[in-house]
Amino acid sequence: MSITERIVTISILALATFSTRVIPFLIFAPGKPTPSYIKYLGKVLPLAVFGMLVVYCLKDVEWIHGSHGVPELLGIAATALIHLFSRQMILSTAGGTLFYMILIH
Amino acid sequence: MELLKRAFPLTIPVMAAYIFLGVTYGLLAETMGFSIWYPLLMAMFVYSGSVEFLALGMLVAAFNPMMAALVALMVCARHLFYGISMLDVYKGAGWRKFFLIFGMSDETFAINYSHRDEPYGVMLWVTFLDWLYWLTGACLGYAFGSILHVDIRGLEFVLTAMFTSIFMDQLMKEKNRVPALIGIIPTAVCLALVGNRYFILPSMLCILLLLTLMRKRWEK
Repeated sequence: MSITERIVTISILALATFSTRVIPFLIFAPGKPTPSYIKYLGKVLPLAVFGMLVVYCLKDVEWIHGSHGVPELLGIAATALIHLFSRQMILSTAGGTLFYMILIH
Repeated sequence: MELLKRAFPLTIPVMAAYIFLGVTYGLLAETMGFSIWYPLLMAMFVYSGSVEFLALGMLVAAFNPMMAALVALMVCARHLFYGISMLDVYKGAGWRKFFLIFGMSDETFAINYSHRDEPYGVMLWVTFLDWLYWLTGACLGYAFGSILHVDIRGLEFVLTAMFTSIFMDQLMKEKNRVPALIGIIPTAVCLALVGNRYFILPSMLCILLLLTLMRKRWEK
């Protein structure tokens, strides 16, 4: 790849990435009334998205070989438990990570 | 400064993760023989970890702009959901809106959504700090990656832990908890059936479909 081709490639990647972030804001501009369906999605979607993100984090786990995802699932359970009792995001995040690191070392 | 003081603690988990992941990214770029401008400029302007890792491979392959666009759109499709969730939150952000949207990574979206009652200034700092951590990590990895041999295996789990605790936090605040299951179950099923490369689009479609089916019951 020539330097120009590289610059074009990087610009395309930047533009494509940004467009996935900005498109909803362009379609549903604040001046126009947002359709009630999109308003409804805005209310129920976030919780579903966070659920999706937790699973997304597990996408590279080896379920059949190695440790079968046991440390990951235990780490998630530990994080959730700490959060249930402490309600402190920083405490549950740090606690869960530490627990996971101890498990795999 | 007051705003920065409130924003910084929220970003500590992201700092750990982005610097750690940024170092891996910068180091990879260096071992592939790129000049520092590549990882740095991509970190600044593309600002999407998964796209940037893939980009390193694309840049040494044959020129294929259509493919590049397609890959980035597919990898980033999940951001569409963040935008829809943030429409109301970022409505009055004014001049800050451009950067808030540009910098809406998974992690920044998650923090800002769960702190949507904070002033825009705090959300803007969160967005900026996260962005800065990523750049810093990429440069550190490029410059020192090969000398750093600290055993911090497992630190990347900090992202999983952060998403889990934000998920729990939102779950405990919501009256209707079924959307959580609608997020988890179809995604897990698609991951198992389709494999980890292409599961996110079918998952998103299933989530949309199920949420749409439930609309009559939930919207009262």
